[in-house]
Amino acid sequence: MNAIETHHLTKRFGGFTAVDDLTFSVRAGEIFGFLGANGAGKTTAMKMLTGLAAPTSGDATVAGRSIRDHAVSVKKRIGYMSQRFSLYEDLSVRENLRFFGGVYGLDDATLADRIARFETTYHMSGRMHTRVKELPLGIKQNVAFGTALLHQPDIVFLDEPTGGVDPITRRRFWGMLVEEAARGTTLFVTTHYMDEAEYCDRIGMMVDGKLVALDTPARLKQTMGVATMDDVFVKLARGGAA
Amino acid sequence: MNAFLGFILKEFRHILRDRRTLAILFGLPIVQLLLFGYAIRNELTSAEIAVWDQARTAESRAAIARLEAGGYFRVMGRVDSETQVDHLFRRGVVRQVVVFPTDGPRVHLITDGSDPNMARLLQRYTMGVLSDVEPGKDVRTTYLYNPGLKSANLFVPGLMAVILMLVSTLMTSISLTREKETGTLETLLASPLAPAQIIWGKVLPYLLVSFVNVGTVLVIARAVFGVPFNGSVALFIFVSLLYAFTALALGMLISTVARTQQTAMMLSLGGLLLPTILLSGFIYPISNMPDILQAISHVIPARWYMVANRAILLKGAGLADIGREVLILAGMTALFLTVSIRRFPIRLD
Ligand SMILES: Nc1ncnc2c1ncn2[C@@H]1O[C@H](COP(=O)(O)OP(=O)(O)O)[C@@H](O)[C@H]1O
Ligand SMILES: [Mg+2]
Repeated sequence: MNAIETHHLTKRFGGFTAVDDLTFSVRAGEIFGFLGANGAGKTTAMKMLTGLAAPTSGDATVAGRSIRDHAVSVKKRIGYMSQRFSLYEDLSVRENLRFFGGVYGLDDATLADRIARFETTYHMSGRMHTRVKELPLGIKQNVAFGTALLHQPDIVFLDEPTGGVDPITRRRFWGMLVEEAARGTTLFVTTHYMDEAEYCDRIGMMVDGKLVALDTPARLKQTMGVATMDDVFVKLARGGAA
Repeated sequence: MNAFLGFILKEFRHILRDRRTLAILFGLPIVQLLLFGYAIRNELTSAEIAVWDQARTAESRAAIARLEAGGYFRVMGRVDSETQVDHLFRRGVVRQVVVFPTDGPRVHLITDGSDPNMARLLQRYTMGVLSDVEPGKDVRTTYLYNPGLKSANLFVPGLMAVILMLVSTLMTSISLTREKETGTLETLLASPLAPAQIIWGKVLPYLLVSFVNVGTVLVIARAVFGVPFNGSVALFIFVSLLYAFTALALGMLISTVARTQQTAMMLSLGGLLLPTILLSGFIYPISNMPDILQAISHVIPARWYMVANRAILLKGAGLADIGREVLILAGMTALFLTVSIRRFPIRLD
């Protein structure tokens, strides 16, 4: 079963086509890497899939429902970590969790249970009452991820979650994503760090609004005859279609 | 936890944890009211008057000398005819003419009543300086332009309108654009919360804050400036909250247009402060304005609130007397809110 299916999904801003006729699918439970240079259209595509922007044409099914006709029920089934930081800095970790839990309609008992689990999963005991702005960036990112997972969504969208973070923290963060995917959650992750592609089950490569390749990292490297994802990207960006 | 209650709780936390917000919310109204209020009072250090000495007695000459010496007044000259008096008033050269008649009361004060606060002060000070006169018996008073001082205490009720408008629009527009800037608004919009829930969740906490502000302003108005309170307190609070609501909704509307806190602040301050002060009847009587400005003043919420709150405070008006103003404010609020809710999600991409 597919978690996401897009059909000729397109977004234009005036005469400029930011996302150009995307048709692809993401399998349930996989980590799908959405790769591309800055301005390739990753965020715009993600905004359409999360109901933040309406497609100019085409459609997509997310968690089994059309984003055009059932935006609200799609929103209940997904989690979202935006490109910019998505928590309230002036609220404590616990207050953020309680707030977003409420937004997704969790009842008090469930919420208390999930918060307790969050505390152990992310090693946050003793830090639950800390204001988010006082946390180190790496921890903030964990908290944001944990918050996006609080209502146990089928699919989590992460837009450049590791932007501006050091390599060790990035690796740890990806370790966390891999664990979460193992529990059955579908992860749709954009990044422009090509080395991160190795963590993904499959990769969609975006160039100028178009999806130019879609496969596992190993097969992409193999068909291109190169050793690293970086080289795959360079080859694709220069115009060699897959 | 209920999503909407949670939202409101979160807003309160934002308010209480941001010192700048707190300062604006609760400090600004007090400081403004006191500053403006006292600035007006202090003007009396050199109020322009003229004297008309018909009696020409030793007593009247002594009285004039006291007026000239006191420091409260600047005696712009002597007059000796009705036409001269008219002329000085119409050109705004003097605010009061002190007449010493040959018969009748010993002093006749002709005061420009278009600024009632000032008129009161002038008369009080004049009588103070003349010290030996007894109001009612020795003094006759006439108000020009505004006989009977029907809109007495023009100033403080007007100031309430300006302060509530400013604080309310500023606060809501900043609070929403801040969420745009930090990116949390995107997270909210990707959640199942409806735009209407977000808007109401933003407006209601500030409505409560406005309630505190209305109270503060009212207490200061009574205790410091001695504004009379002739009407019903409940009605006054109702109308003030309705007006605050209008301003909050306007703040929402501003934040659907503005992308940054800075723009929101400029729109609220630059775009609202001046029209509210100049076109609402706060400083210049609307009836004295050119037609075009009079027409524009109809869309200024403060105009309607000022009419209503003066009527309640000063004339003891009931709901029936201010029905039109209440309806207009309610209509404006509904319009601002509806447009905000409809425009809200569109503005994100
Ligand atoms: N609201 C908008 N109006 C006009 N152009 C936009 C808008 N949003 C994005 N774009 C343009 O669309 C292109 C793709 O942007 P984006 O999806 O953010 O790329 P990415 O996330 O891959 O870096 C960019 O050229 C960007 O300037
Ligand atoms: Mg992006």
